[in-house]
Amino acid sequence: MRMPSWIRQHLAAVRALLVFTVVCGIAYPLAVWAVAQVPGLNDRANGSIVKTADGRTAGSALIGQAFTDNNGDPLRQYFQSRPSAAGDGYDPTSTSASNLGPEDILDTLPVPGAKDEEDNPDEGRQSLLTQVCERSKAVGELEGVSGARPYCTPDGVGAVLKVFGARAADGSVPKPTRVVSANQGCPAQPFLGTYLGVRVECAKPGEDLAAGLTVPIRGNAPATPKVPADAVTASGSGLDPHISPEYARLQAPRVAKARGVPVAQVLAAIKHNETGRALGFMGEPAVNVLRLNLALDKTHPYRG
Amino acid sequence: MSPTTAGILFLGSLVLALALVYRPLGDYMYRAYSGTGHLRGERWIYRLVGVKPDAEQRWGVYARSVLAFSVVSLLFLYGLQRLQDRLLLSLGMDPVKPDQAWNTAVSFVTNTNWQSYSGESTMGHLVQMTGLAVQNFVSAAVGMAVAIALVRGFARTRTDQLGNFWVDLTRGTVRILLPIAFVAALILVSGGVVQNFWNPADHTVATIAGGQQAITGGPVASQEVIKELGTNGGGFYNANSAHPFENATAWTNWLEIFLILLIPFALTRTFGRMVGQVRQGYAIAAVMGVLALASISLTMLFQGIHHGTVPTAVGAATEGTETRFGVLNSAVFAASTTLTSTGAVNSFHDSYTSLGGMMTLFNMMLGEVAPGGVGAGLYGMLVLAVITVFVAGLMVGRTPEYLGKKIGSREIKFASLYFLITPILVLVGTGVAMATDSGRAGMLNSGPHGLSEVLYAFTSASNNNGSAFAGLTVNTVFYDTALGLCMAFGRFLPIIFVLALAGSLARQGQTPASEGTLPTHRPQFVGMVAGVTVVLVALTFLPALALGPLAEGIH
Repeated sequence: MRMPSWIRQHLAAVRALLVFTVVCGIAYPLAVWAVAQVPGLNDRANGSIVKTADGRTAGSALIGQAFTDNNGDPLRQYFQSRPSAAGDGYDPTSTSASNLGPEDILDTLPVPGAKDEEDNPDEGRQSLLTQVCERSKAVGELEGVSGARPYCTPDGVGAVLKVFGARAADGSVPKPTRVVSANQGCPAQPFLGTYLGVRVECAKPGEDLAAGLTVPIRGNAPATPKVPADAVTASGSGLDPHISPEYARLQAPRVAKARGVPVAQVLAAIKHNETGRALGFMGEPAVNVLRLNLALDKTHPYRG
Repeated sequence: MSPTTAGILFLGSLVLALALVYRPLGDYMYRAYSGTGHLRGERWIYRLVGVKPDAEQRWGVYARSVLAFSVVSLLFLYGLQRLQDRLLLSLGMDPVKPDQAWNTAVSFVTNTNWQSYSGESTMGHLVQMTGLAVQNFVSAAVGMAVAIALVRGFARTRTDQLGNFWVDLTRGTVRILLPIAFVAALILVSGGVVQNFWNPADHTVATIAGGQQAITGGPVASQEVIKELGTNGGGFYNANSAHPFENATAWTNWLEIFLILLIPFALTRTFGRMVGQVRQGYAIAAVMGVLALASISLTMLFQGIHHGTVPTAVGAATEGTETRFGVLNSAVFAASTTLTSTGAVNSFHDSYTSLGGMMTLFNMMLGEVAPGGVGAGLYGMLVLAVITVFVAGLMVGRTPEYLGKKIGSREIKFASLYFLITPILVLVGTGVAMATDSGRAGMLNSGPHGLSEVLYAFTSASNNNGSAFAGLTVNTVFYDTALGLCMAFGRFLPIIFVLALAGSLARQGQTPASEGTLPTHRPQFVGMVAGVTVVLVALTFLPALALGPLAEGIH
C-alpha cells in the first residue's frame, strides 16, 4: 500500500531533520572543539584564563571585572572598569546593556516612606542622563578632576526643567507660570535660580510633572569633559574588559599614589597593556583592565 | 589616525574583501546548485532521508516540502526546549516555558532568531547545539533553496519543474555553509571566541577584588559563525556579539560583519550565472550595494556626530557599545545586521542616537533586500525588480518583461502579495500592541522612544531580522505569541508567493528582447529599482517613523 504523499513528505522531513541534527548539531561542533584543542588554540577555546602572581586563576582576560569593595566603592589601588549593566555589575550569567534611550532624561524620584510591590523602600528610577551625570561626578571626585558635563547639574543629576504655562505655536512656553528642576528632589538647591524670569523650584517626589514642557539645559561645561565617555557609559555586554587609554591615564595618579610608586611607572604599565587598532584601522585603542591590574600586582604589590 | 579615517578604512576594507570573493564564491555556489553529480556523503543523506535526488518537483510540491520540513523542525525544537531538563548538558536549566519555547522555535525555524530569552540563563548546551545551531544551518539553506528555485523559474522555459527541495537543502548545507563555517569557526577561536562544554558552575573564579565570577563557556565559536554566515543572528549569550566570548577583538568583529554580508552579495553572481547573463547579477548586486553603502554611511554619520541630549552629555554615542570596537565599527555592524536579516548585535540599538537607531529600523523596513538574508535577500530583490519593470512598463505603455519573461497579471499579483505581507504584519501588530495594556506594559522607555521599541519589535519579527530595541520586555505571553505569529507569516507566506511566481515564470517561453524591452542591466535600471524600494518603504512606514524616532530626533 502506498502512503499518501503528504505523509511521505513529512516522514522525509523528519528523517532529514535527524540527519542534519547529527551532522550540524553534533559532528560539526565536536569537530571544531577537537581541532580547537591543539596547543595554541586551546587556551583561547577555554576562555583565555589569566592567573595571579601566585598562580591562582584570576578570571578571563576577555571578561571584565569589578574592582570594588563590598560596598561597591572603588578600590583605590586598582584601575576601575566601565559601568556595567550585567546583573549587579560584570555578572556573566546576566549579560546585558542598559538599553536606555538617548532622550531618557527624566528621573522618577523616590518617594520617602513609600514601598514597592515587594515591600522594599521605593528607590525611584534614575534616567540614563542622571546615571551619566552621577558617574561623571563620582569619577571626577575619585580622580581629582572636574566631573562637569553638558546637561548635568553640579550635584550630579540631569539638568532638566519642567516648564508649565501656555504653549506658543511652535510648542515652546514663552511665559512660564511655574518651572521645576525635574530631577532634583526637594530639598535640593535647583541648579538654576530663575528661568525666563520665573523662580526654579526643586521637585516634590511623587508629583506628576507630565504636563510641563521638558527642557534640558546645556549649561557651560566643555563639550569634551575631563572624564572620558567610556567612564560614564555602560557597555553592550556589561562585560567590557577594556577602558579607553584616556580613562586609564586619568586613573594613573590615583593608582600610583595608592601603591606608593611614581606615576611614570604606572603610565608605562598602561602603555604595555594597551592594544592599538587591529591592523592599524580596526576598532579603537583600548587598555585591558584585568591584565593591567594583575601586572601592577606583580610588579608593584599593594601594601594596604 | 583619526577615528573617522579608521572607520572609513574599516568599511572600505570590507567592501574590497567582499568584491574579491564575489566571483569565486558566486561561481562556486552556481556549480553547487546546478551540478548533476552527487557527493558520496550526499548520496548517504538522500538514502537516509528516502528521496530520489534526480527527481524534480513542481512548485506546489517544492513549497509543501519547505513547509513540511519547517513544521517538523518547529515541533522538534519546541519539544527539545520543553524537555531540556531531562536531557544531557542541560546545565541544570529548567524546561523553557511554553509561550517562550513556541516563540523561540518559530524564531529559529524562520531564520529570524528573535530572542525573548537570555541564552546564559535559559538554554543548556544541548538545546543550543542540536536545536538552535542546527536551525541556523538549515533555515539558511531553506532560504537559499527558495531563492535558487525562483532563479530557475527565470532561467527555465516551458517546464513545471523547479528542482528538488531536498537536494537544494542538502547541497546548501553540505557544500556551502558547513565548509565555510568550519574554517571561520577556527579563525574565531584563534581570536578568543570560546569552544568548550563547560558548566559555568564548575568554572567560578575568585576575582582579584574578592568577588565571585562564573566563566560561562560553551560551544560558542561553532554557533557564532553560522549565526552570522546564515544571517540568523541569535546569540549564544544575551549580549549577543557584544559578548567578548562571541566577538573577542576588533578583527573578529570585522570577520563577523564580512560573514554576514558574504553569501547575500555573492548569491547575485550565482543568479547571473544561472540566468546566463552575469551582468543581470551585477545590476542586482549594484542595487543592494548602493542602498547598503548609503545606509551604512548614514548610520556611521549619525552615530559619529552623536546628536541628542544624553549623547551630547556623554560626548560620544558610547552607551551600549564596547570599547574594543568603538562607535563607528559598531555602527557598521548595526547597519549590516539590519540590512541583512541577521539581527545579531555588537552594540545595543536601543541606546543609539535617535537618527542612528532610526536607520537600523529603516533598514529592516526596506524588506531585508540590501543585501538581505541568505536567499531571502535575493528573492526579495528579484520581486522588487519585477515590480519595477511593471511600474516602468505602465509608464511607457509596454508589456513589462524581466529576463525574457512577461510580467503579466498573474506574476504581478504574486509580487504584490509578497510585498504587502510585511507592512500589514508590522503596522497591524504595532497598532494592536499599542492598543492593549499587555502590549504597552513591555516598554522600558517612555514617549516616542517607547513606540520605537514596539515598532522595532514588530518590524524585526515580521521581516525575520531578530534584532531588538532590547529595552522592551518581550518575555510575556502577549509578545511571545504575537511576535511568533508575525515571524511565521512573515517567513512562509512570502516563500509560498515566491515559489508560485517561480512556477508561473518557468511555464512561460522565452520572449526575445526587442527595441521596446527595458534593459535591466544598466545604471538606469539600478537607479529605478533602488528608487522603487525606497519610495515603497517611505510611503508605507513614514507615518510610523514620524511618531517614533523622527519625533525624538528632530526637536
